[in-house]
Amino acid sequence: MAWLGLYNYWIVVFLMMAGLYIVIARENLIKKLVGLNVFQASVFILYITVGKVDGGTAPIIAEGIEVYSNPLPHVLILTAIVVGVATTALGLALVVRINEAYGTIEDDELEERERET
Amino acid sequence: MILPHLPALQVVVPLLAAPLCVVLRRTAVAYGLAFLASWAAFAISVLLLLQVLDSPGGVISYELGGWAPPWGIEYRIDPLNAYVMLIVAAIGAVVITYAGPSVAREIAEPQRYLFYTSYLLCLSGLLGVTVTGDAFNVFVFLEISSLSSYILISVGATPKALTAAYRYLIFGTIGATFYLIGVGLLYQMTGTLNMADLAQRVPPLAGNRTILVAFAFIAVGVGMKAALFPLHIWLPNAYAYAPSVVSAFLAATATKVAVYVLIRVYLTIFGAEFSIAGMGIGYVFMPFAIAAMFVGSAVAIFQPDVKRMLAYSSVAQIGYIVLGFGIATALGVTAGILHLFNHALMKGSMFLALGCVFYRTGAVTIESMHGLAGRMPWTTAAFVGGGLGIIGVPLTAGFISKWYLVTAALERGWWWLAALILLSSLLAIVYVWRVVEAAYFRPAPAGAPAGEAPFPMLVATWALVAANVYFGLDTRLSVGVAERAAAALMGGGP
Repeated sequence: MAWLGLYNYWIVVFLMMAGLYIVIARENLIKKLVGLNVFQASVFILYITVGKVDGGTAPIIAEGIEVYSNPLPHVLILTAIVVGVATTALGLALVVRINEAYGTIEDDELEERERET
Repeated sequence: MILPHLPALQVVVPLLAAPLCVVLRRTAVAYGLAFLASWAAFAISVLLLLQVLDSPGGVISYELGGWAPPWGIEYRIDPLNAYVMLIVAAIGAVVITYAGPSVAREIAEPQRYLFYTSYLLCLSGLLGVTVTGDAFNVFVFLEISSLSSYILISVGATPKALTAAYRYLIFGTIGATFYLIGVGLLYQMTGTLNMADLAQRVPPLAGNRTILVAFAFIAVGVGMKAALFPLHIWLPNAYAYAPSVVSAFLAATATKVAVYVLIRVYLTIFGAEFSIAGMGIGYVFMPFAIAAMFVGSAVAIFQPDVKRMLAYSSVAQIGYIVLGFGIATALGVTAGILHLFNHALMKGSMFLALGCVFYRTGAVTIESMHGLAGRMPWTTAAFVGGGLGIIGVPLTAGFISKWYLVTAALERGWWWLAALILLSSLLAIVYVWRVVEAAYFRPAPAGAPAGEAPFPMLVATWALVAANVYFGLDTRLSVGVAERAAAALMGGGP
């Protein structure tokens, strides 16, 4: 049962596919953004998993501790989370403006209205 | 004293000018700052290119914050990114010179200082992608430029700009995240993010499953950002509904920088030998590039909106750039990089000319351009000048890059490919001719607005047209640097 030991990666792959599926399959613009967030979160978990060292603790220097987890992926992911938050904020702002302009946030209805004009 | 810090200043100057614009708020002040910062960035890029060409190894390495690579972030400049940086900064400077009257016409007064802020952020993001030698840093700068370009697109005149920006946001974020996954997997296998260090450690791992997965993720992710067919769906609407200034700026820079990342990742990090001989990356990209050349041009022919037509033409032209990369010889890569440079000049001048048309007439459909040659002779001539380059008429820069592409195809003995390049150029004649016909041979409707666009707009447009002709005659700079860059990239490979 070696594959069970890698359960983090199974979670990553599941979240990644679920998120991507939501982005593609949903018509609602907010739901698409939710899917995008799930998709990005899966990558965050991937990075954190990569940084984990077996038996290592949090990377804070302390007496009597020899093995630390790799802190670099954590820092990278902090940056990526900031980027993700900015993307979500901008996406939501656009959805608000789209709703004001068209009165709907369903992708198929939007396409219909755009074709009319 | 200041010269050793040029690589950092290249990014820092526009990056710091951006928040200053927000603080100062006044439109005139914000514009002045954006103007100065953009031209300063251009001056720095010229100095950097000269430094790189003079330096013995052809590489400048800059340790950001004094941390030595591979631990710290390294800014690493070789002929390839100095070249891409030069064209990005040059377009940035020309477009900001043009921007004043056009922005005043198309964007509401209270939003203008924020518009210039986003413009500067986008410029610094694009310059950052090219200057950095760190794979994760590329992601951060890509997202800085992408986030600001979503904003720039969304301020377009019609509500369609909003949906175009939203769709670009979804596509762009998926693309960037795919790139991030690829970089994460590379880091997992090698423990480094520095590109030069990765280039040492990745090739020995060739064939490892994780490396192969990273290879594929990055191809799709960057392909989305570069709008490589069939991942281009976001592009036509985004360019068609964005303000004129933004269409010109993004069409000439954003996708080019993404193609640069593609070249950098596959020929530097993975290495020419692994990517081309091992993985056959050329054969992966070539069918899509050829499809882009034909589909993009063919769809462009049927667009009633000229801006949208140019957007589809961009899809086709990205096809040519990637085709050079797909031919996968030193000559092919030279042709690709060269076309990247030349296309920025040509498409930039055409979009700027369209901005002039919109400034005067308020529309950019074929119908609204009837008799335009009589009403706005200089603007129309500039558009045609750019169009001749797109077709590849001799004496324009477009001819030089098509010439190199055809030569590269023939060098490999692929005469069919040379024929395809020439055939797809015929399609370009058709869509440029539609505008020429409307502008020169149709009578202007009665009471149609006439008169040239304001002086700064015309000067900027003609500067690019002049550059287009200049680089069609004197190719020492454009071809010379492209050849050096390609030689350095292909050094180890076939």
